[in-house]
Amino acid sequence: MDYFLSEEQKMIVEIARQITDERIIPQRAELDENDAFPRAILNEMAQADLFGIPIPEEFGGFGGGCLDIVLALEQLGRGCIGVGTAFAASSLGVYPILIAGSQEMREKYLSDVASGRKFAAFGLTEANAGSDASGIQTTAVLDGDEWVINGTKQWITNGGEAQIYTIVAITDRSRGARGASMLVVEEGDPGFSCGPKEKKMGIRSSSTTELIFKDCRIPKDRLIGRKGTGFITVMKTLDSSRPGIAALGLGLAQGALDEAATYAKQRVQFGKPIIAFQAVQHMLADMAIQLEAARALVYGAARHIDAHPNDMSKVSSMCKVFATDMAMKVATDAVQVMGGYGYMREYPVEKMMRDAKILQIYEGTNQIQRNVVGQELNKEYGRT
Amino acid sequence: MKIIVCIKQVPDAKDVRLDPKTNTLAREGVQSIMNPYDQHAVEEAVRLKELLGGEVTVLSMGPPQAEEVLRQAISCGADHAVLVSDRAFAGADTWATSYTLAKAVNVIGAFDLLLCGKQAIDGDTAQVGPGLAMRLQIPYVTCVQKVRQATDSGLILERMMDDGYDVLAVDLPVLLTVVKDINEPRVPSLKGKMRAKKVEIRRLTAADIGADPACIGLPGSPTQVVKVFPPEARCQRAVFTGSLDEQIKQLVDSLHPYL
Repeated sequence: MDYFLSEEQKMIVEIARQITDERIIPQRAELDENDAFPRAILNEMAQADLFGIPIPEEFGGFGGGCLDIVLALEQLGRGCIGVGTAFAASSLGVYPILIAGSQEMREKYLSDVASGRKFAAFGLTEANAGSDASGIQTTAVLDGDEWVINGTKQWITNGGEAQIYTIVAITDRSRGARGASMLVVEEGDPGFSCGPKEKKMGIRSSSTTELIFKDCRIPKDRLIGRKGTGFITVMKTLDSSRPGIAALGLGLAQGALDEAATYAKQRVQFGKPIIAFQAVQHMLADMAIQLEAARALVYGAARHIDAHPNDMSKVSSMCKVFATDMAMKVATDAVQVMGGYGYMREYPVEKMMRDAKILQIYEGTNQIQRNVVGQELNKEYGRT
Repeated sequence: MKIIVCIKQVPDAKDVRLDPKTNTLAREGVQSIMNPYDQHAVEEAVRLKELLGGEVTVLSMGPPQAEEVLRQAISCGADHAVLVSDRAFAGADTWATSYTLAKAVNVIGAFDLLLCGKQAIDGDTAQVGPGLAMRLQIPYVTCVQKVRQATDSGLILERMMDDGYDVLAVDLPVLLTVVKDINEPRVPSLKGKMRAKKVEIRRLTAADIGADPACIGLPGSPTQVVKVFPPEARCQRAVFTGSLDEQIKQLVDSLHPYL
């Protein structure tokens, strides 16, 4: 379908497609097998200016919007959402600075991330604070001109690989949700370290670690925005980033459909290619229908968000749920179409099915997304 | 360092078919690409520019649609593009092509380094690079697999040989033809693509480069392609089956008559 993309958007697609076809697809199985961080591929993306897409032009970026980043992530996701996640997490890591950081802070960090010289990471989740972010235990206490941070963040994407970390810490426990703040921690800050790489079911090329703060001291001016605005910044950050996760789902599903349809044309049983059997045809048709419906929703949501509306949360959550549930279903069906071959590591759909699961979990579980949509509906219908 | 890179638009080799009646290349509906060796030449030029400063000009002789490969080179970091295009160039062999390119290089002006791909994948002659150097009266090194050291006065190169490589020190100006081992061409950047879309491509005709009509195109080409044909298959294929020992025995038995 023609989604009437601009010339620049078509260029983004071409570049991301070339990186996916020439760099990611040939290496993805090996990266997965070895839990290897895709440093060389990310450097290539940096050279191609992809890290600059969401960063304003004054900091050396492209000044792109939600749809621009969605288009890049969809292509990357077609190759490997592990690599796509590592890429996306760097943008996620600087969104808080983009959204709420001072001009000095933006100048200090954004151009390094736009050029890909530095990677970023976003630290919210803790052992007791997953879907319920109010369970955060990490604290930051002002001591003279320094913040002193204590606590442990869990499952942080790009942990150990990033140089810039934006984290959430409680700065005033008595104030509840208004007592959280966001701060920038840099690699090498005293008292800050990363745990070992976690062993995961999928997206194994992306790095996931703990962030450990033991009397970690950072300068006072590393506070992002005003004290106590941490949760607002987190919500705005996730509203902006969720369509990107939806886009990884679109790409993954496209890759799975491509594999399954190609296989179904070649695989002969009972004297015919299996694509000639209605049972298989209908599965492939449903995969294609669901994928296109999800794409229309994600692109539509991204365009809506690019108009900076005040009901961003709802559409952002809607497209994340729909596209990632679709990706899980399509990947599972791709394995089914390919039968025993699909279950083998020799074929890529096995990895796609393992990878797809995380899309329904991270950046807010799909249950939490439905809460967001439901609460918005409750508000909308309460107004009448 | 001022660098000129000669590039050619060729049919995509993945997509090449011979017309069974005429035995010529079927170009209808075949995708065109930048000659793969030339992509490595452009990449090396851009890397040398990044190292030493200067500028990279890409030059192509071809029909108007050859602009596409020039724009592709711009998107990968080249600064200027020149297309030498004229109906009078049609039918040029390597002799006439090197003459035409040499004339165009003289119009572009002073340079320190000329880069070409080892050969084009359509004609596979590998003659235009050396021919161009001869016309310009400068030294050349073919099949360069590595630039070990580069300064504004000279280069230290590795030249690929059948059994290893030579290490050569050369003064500038010089012409190099490069093999694929020299680098991994980059993916175009977003800024590069945007520049490539807008960049003005300088067009030069036969008159603009002061070409002698007798030296260009078909009249200037002493060689002619008489016939193109797919070679007859000379290999035989055999698949051995059975246990490993049986397969080894079959392999040894089948090789034995040749020993």
